Amino acid sequence: MIISLTYIYYIAGIFVALIALLAMKDKGNSKRILTGAFWGIYAVSFLFGTAIPPMYVGILVIVMAIIAGFGGVGMGKHKEATGEQRMAQSKKLGNWLFMPALLIPIITVYGTLGLKDVKLGGLDLFDKANVTLVSLGVACVIALLATMVLTKEKGMQPIKESRRLIDAIGWAAVLPQMLATLGALFAAAGVGQVVSDLVSAAIPVDNRFLVVFAYTVGMALFTMVMGNAFAAFPVMTAGVGLPLIVKLHGGDPAILSAIGMFSGYCGTLMTPMAANYNIVPAALLDLPDKNGVIKAQVPTALMLLTVNVFLMYFLVF
Amino acid sequence: MTLLGIAVVIIGFVLRFNPLLVVVVAGIVTGVAGNLPFDKILTIFGEAFVKNRYLSLFILTLPVIGLLERNGLKEQAQELIGKIKVATTGRVLILYLFIREVAAAIGLTALGGHAQMVRPLIAPMAEAAAENKHGALPEDTRNKIKAFAASADNVGVFFGEDIFIAFGAVLLMKGFFEQNGIILEPLHIALWGIPTAIAAFIIHGVRLYLLDRKIAQEVENHHSSHSKVKGDAAL
Repeated sequence: MIISLTYIYYIAGIFVALIALLAMKDKGNSKRILTGAFWGIYAVSFLFGTAIPPMYVGILVIVMAIIAGFGGVGMGKHKEATGEQRMAQSKKLGNWLFMPALLIPIITVYGTLGLKDVKLGGLDLFDKANVTLVSLGVACVIALLATMVLTKEKGMQPIKESRRLIDAIGWAAVLPQMLATLGALFAAAGVGQVVSDLVSAAIPVDNRFLVVFAYTVGMALFTMVMGNAFAAFPVMTAGVGLPLIVKLHGGDPAILSAIGMFSGYCGTLMTPMAANYNIVPAALLDLPDKNGVIKAQVPTALMLLTVNVFLMYFLVF
Repeated sequence: MTLLGIAVVIIGFVLRFNPLLVVVVAGIVTGVAGNLPFDKILTIFGEAFVKNRYLSLFILTLPVIGLLERNGLKEQAQELIGKIKVATTGRVLILYLFIREVAAAIGLTALGGHAQMVRPLIAPMAEAAAENKHGALPEDTRNKIKAFAASADNVGVFFGEDIFIAFGAVLLMKGFFEQNGIILEPLHIALWGIPTAIAAFIIHGVRLYLLDRKIAQEVENHHSSHSKVKGDAAL
């Protein structure tokens, strides 16, 4: 293949390395060395993540957590455009401003669907296994060039603006990846098996409704702990869904899966562990309450989970 | 004992320690409780962190969004919404929820996202729609609108994507049952997702519809409490 995911990680690595450099040089940030070190290590994980032995990457990851945990990641000083400047530019550029923003999803979708099988000189253009991610990376580069042409902004300005945004997100940017490591450790230590044993030991197995209730609500709860319904599904289905609903009560496995997974998603809406959906957006939107997005979602999640319990009870058997 | 890590997570989040630190401590506790040697724990940390780097690729959108914001993207989004007289916060977000869910159902999960769509476009439009009706908004109301904009993105993509037969989750379910000797048609799984998908749209759509009233109420309460303060001061 010509463009592989590794190259996209290199771009991300160079980008974060530049952010780290700017952070190091920022005299307006009293913790500039630690802040720079945090982003610097992060850049290393993008650039050399597969070259460094995993054990040492693990140590670097823990160092990042310690820097962030003791308040080492600080806000920099940024020269922001004033309201008048932004207003003047928006008057001048008008609806053209939407063009680069929309280029990102359009090129990503086009690349995912249209360029999936395109070859150049006998080689795949995009990495087939990761075509959406590669398309996203390419889309961001093209959209950035389009933005720079449109706004006539040059040099380091896009990096400076990114640092303004990334400072607002702070350590939360790394949280989704950190939670994925926890998921891997849960799996290695066999946490899932213990939980599903507990659930199946606690319910009266001959009551159809209670079995369905335990499976759907268990999916939601376990997803809240793991932050990921994909991790909860095999565990809960092996522990409760398959032996009790399918084998004992003769439920339909396709219906069980569809509604079971959606019950897990109800859990995703309610947990800070699903950081990329709930915590990162709260940071991106400058919400003072990091759980603001979760609070907006909890009523929907609970109502939908109730609907799922009854849908499964009436449809699965 | 292996559940000790879960306890660490819950306690850590409740006591509001830094989540990165909580997660690392929980990981180490889980590994030690599960009798994993320490170098193995470090290796899992490193491997999983590197393997999941794709989760953070949204940062690549930041240069584009940052530069456009500097040049008035939010102002232009608000300007555009101002021209559409029937636009309200609830209607803007219901429309986005609908588009996001339908697009995800036909496999276009890339249409949307918090960094690409919600922060630069959807949230400013939802805010502007409320401002056009009520004038300046109280800070709490503004934050509530932003949070609901993010929620529309999440609900839309979650409950749309499983309707698409080639989506990873559907293939994961098929694969799980295959390992247990049961062959499932992906189309079947996708079809039985539709009732929940519709329920999700109705439930969240109604809540977004009611959001307009809530905004009106909050703005009114804010104004009346303010005029009261002023009135008291005048006395």
